[in-house]
Amino acid sequence: MNSRILQIATNTFREAVRDRVLYNLIAFALLMSAAAVLVGQISIQIEKLVVINLGLTAVSLFGIVIAIFIGIGLVSKEIDKRTLYTVLSRPVRRWEFIAGKFFGLVGTLFVNTFFMAIGVFAALAYVSHHFERSDAWVLVALYFIVLQFVILTALALFFSSFSTPIFSAVFAFWLFVIGSFAGDLRNFAAMAHGITRWLATAAAYMVPNFSALNVISEVAHGQAVPVQLIVLNTAYTFVYAAAVLSGAVLIFERRNLK
Amino acid sequence: MILSQRINIIAATILICGMACAAILIRTIDQAHASTAVQETLYISSPKLLKRLSLGYHGLFADIYWTRVVQYFGGVHSRGGGTYNLLWPLLNITTQLDPHLIPAYEFGGTFLSAKPPNGAGSPEQAIELVQYGIQNNPGDWHLYYDLAFIYYDLKDYRHSADAFLKGSQLPGAHPFLKIMAAQMAEHGGDIATARMMWTATYQTTHDDMIRANAAAHLRALQADEDVAMLEQLVQDYRVRTGRLPQTFSELISARMLRGIPLDPVGHPYELEDGRVFISDPQDLPFVQKGLRPGYIPSPVPKLMPAN
Amino acid sequence: MPAIEIFGLEKIYNTGFWRKRAKRALHPLNLTVEDGEIFGFLGPNGAGKTTTLKMLMGLVFPTSGSARILGMELGDPRMKAQIGFLPEQPYFYDYLTARELLNYYGHLSGMESKQLAKKIDAVLEQVGLAGSAGVQLRKYSKGMLQRAGIAQAILHDPKVVFLDEPMSGLDPMGRREVRNLIENLKANGKTVFFSTHILSDAEALCDRVAILGQGQLRGVGAIAELTAGVHGRVEIVWQGTEIPADIRSIAEYHRAAEIVRAVLPEESQDAALEALRRRGLRLISVTPVRTSLEDYFVARLGTPRDAETVSIQTQAHS
Repeated sequence: MNSRILQIATNTFREAVRDRVLYNLIAFALLMSAAAVLVGQISIQIEKLVVINLGLTAVSLFGIVIAIFIGIGLVSKEIDKRTLYTVLSRPVRRWEFIAGKFFGLVGTLFVNTFFMAIGVFAALAYVSHHFERSDAWVLVALYFIVLQFVILTALALFFSSFSTPIFSAVFAFWLFVIGSFAGDLRNFAAMAHGITRWLATAAAYMVPNFSALNVISEVAHGQAVPVQLIVLNTAYTFVYAAAVLSGAVLIFERRNLK
Repeated sequence: MILSQRINIIAATILICGMACAAILIRTIDQAHASTAVQETLYISSPKLLKRLSLGYHGLFADIYWTRVVQYFGGVHSRGGGTYNLLWPLLNITTQLDPHLIPAYEFGGTFLSAKPPNGAGSPEQAIELVQYGIQNNPGDWHLYYDLAFIYYDLKDYRHSADAFLKGSQLPGAHPFLKIMAAQMAEHGGDIATARMMWTATYQTTHDDMIRANAAAHLRALQADEDVAMLEQLVQDYRVRTGRLPQTFSELISARMLRGIPLDPVGHPYELEDGRVFISDPQDLPFVQKGLRPGYIPSPVPKLMPAN
Repeated sequence: MPAIEIFGLEKIYNTGFWRKRAKRALHPLNLTVEDGEIFGFLGPNGAGKTTTLKMLMGLVFPTSGSARILGMELGDPRMKAQIGFLPEQPYFYDYLTARELLNYYGHLSGMESKQLAKKIDAVLEQVGLAGSAGVQLRKYSKGMLQRAGIAQAILHDPKVVFLDEPMSGLDPMGRREVRNLIENLKANGKTVFFSTHILSDAEALCDRVAILGQGQLRGVGAIAELTAGVHGRVEIVWQGTEIPADIRSIAEYHRAAEIVRAVLPEESQDAALEALRRRGLRLISVTPVRTSLEDYFVARLGTPRDAETVSIQTQAHS
């Protein structure tokens, strides 16, 4: 079982690479270099702040775009192109297929983020000429960004298992936006009354909690991230992604392929 | 196909348990997150930048920031006060994004000027905020009322009367603005004025926190009056009988009182050596009389629900 | 033990916006395929052949009925390890090379890495792709893709091989090669189940065939048995250019030089010869035409296809 999932994951990774997806790293590198040089020259006393804010936001956004763009086609493309026929006629369980696709894309994003992280630290070194201890928190911020990718990949895969690419992209994008305001949504729900309150609360807790995974500005100010938050966010991502993937499996298990 | 049945059951279980655990974890994170200093940073602190970034959706963002104001204030308040550093920036952003968000001005007027631990204790910022509101909503008399209140709190009775007067001249203004203008000009420091002000606030506001605040003030005023009146009765008794009454029953026997006097929260007053004391001053935050010597009010003013 | 047993397999699709219109892709089908035979699954396009195959592969779920392959239930991974499948007009991951593709599929079928490498080379050789093993599939021609498809279907040495239109897109050389391949498979003891709408291929290869039309089984058996029941035809050749009226109405004919060649139903042979004799036309030859599968086909399936959507008034479940 594990080797089949690994095979599918590796294949998914290979597809992303050969699809020249990783070229976005070049665009990112250029962006970071330009920003670092520009900021380094105008000396506005908050060079570090700008580099970290810009760098981490860019890592996050690039990754979100990739996660959505590739994620929405993970299943639907294989069904459309009928490459799935020769896979499922083999002793591969349908849920193994979903798992493999998931790990493949997450792996791709992880590698992508890794290289981007190097870019961010390089730009940081350029503007501040030395590293401080508080810069280590940038790694935590990056880790949280990867957790965001994990959730978003699971969501994109979920939609891909029953919907066309366009709708999947729209749903995934909106869930990302709403999820970024999940904290505020919970506030709104707490202030509502009656049925609205119930519905709003239910929605507020089902939407992915991206707001807690965004610590970019705190880290930019050199603030520490509490270990408790790291543990809780990790647990949350694990549990939420598992739930979403189970949903994808449930749908995919029953799907008649065209 | 027993295999696929098993998979379905496992998947369904993970789905339900997963979402349940996720919800629990969210609650845990919210609670943990709130108590750390992480909350104290504003993501973007420039209102102008924020307005541009909101891509035209500044109404929505104003609403979001307004809910954050309420949550922030409530959170700090329930933890025993402390500093309300972010109150002004949050209100500033909210009103810059939507200058017509009237509740924000009322809230800011009240709690920016209120003294700690009840508020931020910066009346100048409160005045600045409300004046910005008046500038952008020239036809709204409520804002003049809010302004008048701030000045009243600062004991600047002239400016307060001024604000009432200006407000009363607006079309649709509540008639009591004119009354208050006159009252404030003549009798700014009287208890009667205070009572009128707080009653007006209590009756007109839609905000629960502000109403609770007004109710607490009214109870305090009532208690102050009661204590003054009771001590006067004690003195009258002494004049009449030549000695101090030991309990209120003696005053009742002397037909000076009809029953055991109770304070506004329902506890009986205490009589000791001719002085009247409140049995539980914690319940009456803003009271000034009837306090035993050495009494230090708690840092968290206990605002009971308005009734 | 039969290789494939189909018990009343049926598929009804619910189409339309409210999912009320039912389309019967396959009426309940009963079929048995014996071990070691080459079985042809024939029918015009849209007859339900691919639907049947998809249900056997577990890609589509039957509305009712069941099937067993090698005695095991559909969906059983042990069964799937012993079958190979070539879908119609296959499309593979075009960013992979043939070798990488087979490597991927081999692992998915549970083959060990060591023996896999050797087997891949052998299979590529067998289908004639040894030279293009390192080229990305996006550069392959249709015929090469077909051959790659066959390669992945036989890579793991399956007992039963399912081929959906295996000759499609191949030139005559390619078709000859595929035919040889299929015969080799049988020689190696495998069962081959292939669907096609090209009857000559079926005639050349199959032990038995089943004919499907509009989702229903119209006939099943050995070809000789099936064609025996169909009335034959006869070819009459005579000299001259004249065609008697009687013959013209019942025969297909064509003229070349001073010869007329007519093919007409066997039972009209005597009447036709009589007509020629009356005209005094000189007879050159009378030859029986072997009834072909095509004759059987046309006889069983009739003429123009009717609409394939059959409205069913009653509740249909999917």
